[in-house]
Amino acid sequence: MSDQNSTAPGSSTPVVETSHAAALDAPIVLEKVIVRSPKFPIVFGVFALLGLLAAFVFPRTGTTRIGLSDSKDAIQLDPIPIDSQPFVAVVAVLLALLAIAAALFVARSATARIPLGLTVAFAVLFVIAFLVWAVHDGLLPFTGLLVGALGVSTPLIFGALGGVLSERVGVVNVAIEGQLLFGAFAAALIGVYTGNAAAALIGAAVAGMLVSFVLAAFSIKYLVDQVIVGVVLNVLVTGLTTFLAGVIDVDTIPRTARFGVVPIPLLSEIPVLGPLLFRHSLIVYFMYIAVFAVWFGLNKTRWGLRLRAVGEHPKAADTVGINVGRTRFWNVSLAGAIAGIGGAYLALDAIGLFSKEMTNGAGFIALAAVIFGRWDPVRAVLAALLFGFATSLQNSLSAAGVTDVPKEFLLMLPYLITVLAVAGLVGQVRGPAAAGKPYIKS
Amino acid sequence: MKLELQGITKRFGALVANDHIDLVVEPGEIHCLLGENGAGKSTLMNVLYGLYQADEGSILLDDEVQHFSGPGDAMAAGIGMVHQHFMLIPVFTVAENVMLGHEQTKAGGLLDLAAARAKVREISGRFGFDVDPDALVGDLPVGVQQRVEIIKALSRDAQVLVFDEPTAVLTPQETDELMAIMRQLKQSGTAIVFITHKLREVREVADRITVVRLGKVVGEASPTASNPELAAMMVGRSVSLTVEKTPAKPGDAALVVRDLSVIDAQNQYVVSHVDFEVRAGEILAIAGVQGNGQTELTEALLGLQARTEGSITLDGVEIAGATPRRILDAGVGFVPEDRGEDGLVGEFTIAENLMLDRSNGAPFVRGGAVQRGALDAFAEEKVREFDIRAQGITTPVGRLSGGNQQKVVLARELSRELRLFVAAQPTRGVDVGSIEFIHKRIVATRDAGVPIIVVSTELDEVVALADRIAVMYRGGIVGIVPADTPRDVLGLMMAGENPTGAAA
Ligand SMILES: Nc1ncnc2c1ncn2[C@@H]1O[C@H](COP(=O)(O)OP(=O)(O)OP(=O)(O)O)[C@@H](O)[C@H]1O
Ligand SMILES: [Mg+2]
Repeated sequence: MSDQNSTAPGSSTPVVETSHAAALDAPIVLEKVIVRSPKFPIVFGVFALLGLLAAFVFPRTGTTRIGLSDSKDAIQLDPIPIDSQPFVAVVAVLLALLAIAAALFVARSATARIPLGLTVAFAVLFVIAFLVWAVHDGLLPFTGLLVGALGVSTPLIFGALGGVLSERVGVVNVAIEGQLLFGAFAAALIGVYTGNAAAALIGAAVAGMLVSFVLAAFSIKYLVDQVIVGVVLNVLVTGLTTFLAGVIDVDTIPRTARFGVVPIPLLSEIPVLGPLLFRHSLIVYFMYIAVFAVWFGLNKTRWGLRLRAVGEHPKAADTVGINVGRTRFWNVSLAGAIAGIGGAYLALDAIGLFSKEMTNGAGFIALAAVIFGRWDPVRAVLAALLFGFATSLQNSLSAAGVTDVPKEFLLMLPYLITVLAVAGLVGQVRGPAAAGKPYIKS
Repeated sequence: MKLELQGITKRFGALVANDHIDLVVEPGEIHCLLGENGAGKSTLMNVLYGLYQADEGSILLDDEVQHFSGPGDAMAAGIGMVHQHFMLIPVFTVAENVMLGHEQTKAGGLLDLAAARAKVREISGRFGFDVDPDALVGDLPVGVQQRVEIIKALSRDAQVLVFDEPTAVLTPQETDELMAIMRQLKQSGTAIVFITHKLREVREVADRITVVRLGKVVGEASPTASNPELAAMMVGRSVSLTVEKTPAKPGDAALVVRDLSVIDAQNQYVVSHVDFEVRAGEILAIAGVQGNGQTELTEALLGLQARTEGSITLDGVEIAGATPRRILDAGVGFVPEDRGEDGLVGEFTIAENLMLDRSNGAPFVRGGAVQRGALDAFAEEKVREFDIRAQGITTPVGRLSGGNQQKVVLARELSRELRLFVAAQPTRGVDVGSIEFIHKRIVATRDAGVPIIVVSTELDEVVALADRIAVMYRGGIVGIVPADTPRDVLGLMMAGENPTGAAA
């Protein structure tokens, strides 16, 4: 109790000024502590243990050939042969060493923060070891797996971008599924009747926007519960498109109305990366732009600042002269248009026809990506990619003839990783404060 | 610019919040609005600012009738406002909050954050305010948020400026700076409306004073009127402005804090190694400039801070690290500094808010069901006792005036069986009549043998209530001194010096 002064930070240095203002002007620098959280080492340790189990308790022998090129590639790379059992063993030991390194790092280093690179390297090594272990004797079409993942992810990413925009402006968007589906239907319909791909794409955006208009009108103007409107819209669009698809023929979209693959010269010839990123249709290239544009717009521009303000504290936004209703209405509409384009991808690019309920829950997975991605466009896209990877992994492994690992386990694994990653490594999750709450003026 | 309000009437359902109010503010004039809690001052200003639509009456600027459909129109016409309930976005930085709505952009629609930061620095420099433009507003104590709210209003060069209780959580020095700025603005022809419950401020800057009671203008007061005259005009009865209290008869040390530290999300020691004790039947006031750890200290006592070190014992029982539930059950009453954020649920009724921390048993809950009868009787009694001005006990708390919301929090916390009472800014935004009442209640609680901690930026309040004063600076306690310590000494201590050499 007596040595108060010597322990209080700041007061140990004598203050010379006698004016209060002068003393108050100095920036307040407080003593810091270093937090040493065991979270990362523990999660690393669990995965390293899984690796060791796979390597030594349930060893699988044979040669895994990792295929890097497909028949269309100009530069053909031979599959890399890997002796499965020793490879898994070495990687597992490496993972264990990394986990120990992480533990030491947390205990000793000055910052106690594990570099992101280490985490990424750990995850990549683990996934590769798992694939080799699962295939253990046969060809693993690695590039095909990744290309497939991107394909499955594309509609999810458009949906998630729409979800992020809409929720960040304060309107909960459960209707992503409806927007995707209506977009797909409109694209097919217009494709069939005009044979024009551009018209079909625009039609899909407008269709997604129409769904959004209803969502926006009911939730912003008539203050109906946003989740309920969203659910009702999904049911409505499902019924409507199923009915119309039975009446009108939208089964075969003519070639001219479809988006073919447009390889980007040179870039598309890079092994692995070329087919993965630069050998797609225009819709996928548009997606790259959209992801950047949404991220940039949301975080760096006036439009984004106002949008976020409205989603966080509409009354405060109102007091600085931002029209809350209008901002919400137009951004929810924009969100619908983006999701609608995701639907167009399904009809015009991925599948080439419209069939009833073809989105098959993609809208809900996109919604999950929004939340896993903590309402951040880039993280939501990463989450969507992870979900896409999950589906593609299952496809590739059954194509590679893996039958002895239960399919359900394969299906579950990426989600398991996600849950662990989100629960263990990501901090507190907090959505936009005013999402779901109507703004009422008096 | 000259502002004229003619016959403004605003009703909320059956309640007439403003009843044909006329008000003229000349350019270059500081016009004070005085009135009890719930008199309708904020409502009138919100009508002027376009947030509420008036039911009757008109707004004139330079003799031209205005039609504001929203705050955007009012701002475009040159009206600015410091809101009583801050209009700040917690997840934005200070600079983002200040720029919002009139953002400067660079090529490509890119926000010019550098310009916004420079603006914040320039205005806070003019004030002698210490505000970091890159701090997240949600992490700042209310006193600093108040500065941000003021900076925001000043950054737009308004010609009519409304200050709705800007000084409720400012320190005396900051208040003086603000009043100097108001005089500067007045020199340059700005028309200023200033709402405050602190009579010293009114007499210092007001050119004209209009008093409002129950939604009506009851008359003008002269700036030379004495404090008791102003208070009487406001409340409609005479008010005692000094706290009458007998010397404390302190008992044993009830609350003992040893080597207590609080670590924030940035891993900084916001409270660092403090030691003090409060004896039963004694009021320890904590003085200091906002942001020097007072908030975190009180929250730590309640178990609201996630990371603390050290020990806190209440009547011999260790409560450091205990859950807020257990601490409340141990008999700790707490008035948080930010009633809107931590003290009340805005959508709940007054009655429901009055039972918030007693929802786990008798008398208000039996067998999982809320006992409406008991609750309503209790609520009616408290509303009367604490003079909470509302239409009824079923009014949502969010619709009450600021001072009345504060009274709901106090009513709840002071009507329990207490073993310790911790109050941060207990009379924030409360009118003089009610301050008198609240101070009496706090002293009565002390005399019943309860140890009390009062945190206040208002030195008058600290000096009036305290038996001893602890001064905090940068997370530490500079010293603990008797209540009769001269103010200039306290002022020096608040800047980190310890001229008396007093130990904690
Ligand atoms: N949105 C609202 N809905 C219903 N009633 C309201 C609303 N806003 C204010 N009131 C009521 O109008 C009356 C005037 O409130 P107002 O906030 O204008 O008081 P005030 O003079 O600013 O008081 P204080 O000094 O406590 O801030 C109060 O009785 C309050 O309950
Ligand atoms: Mg008010």
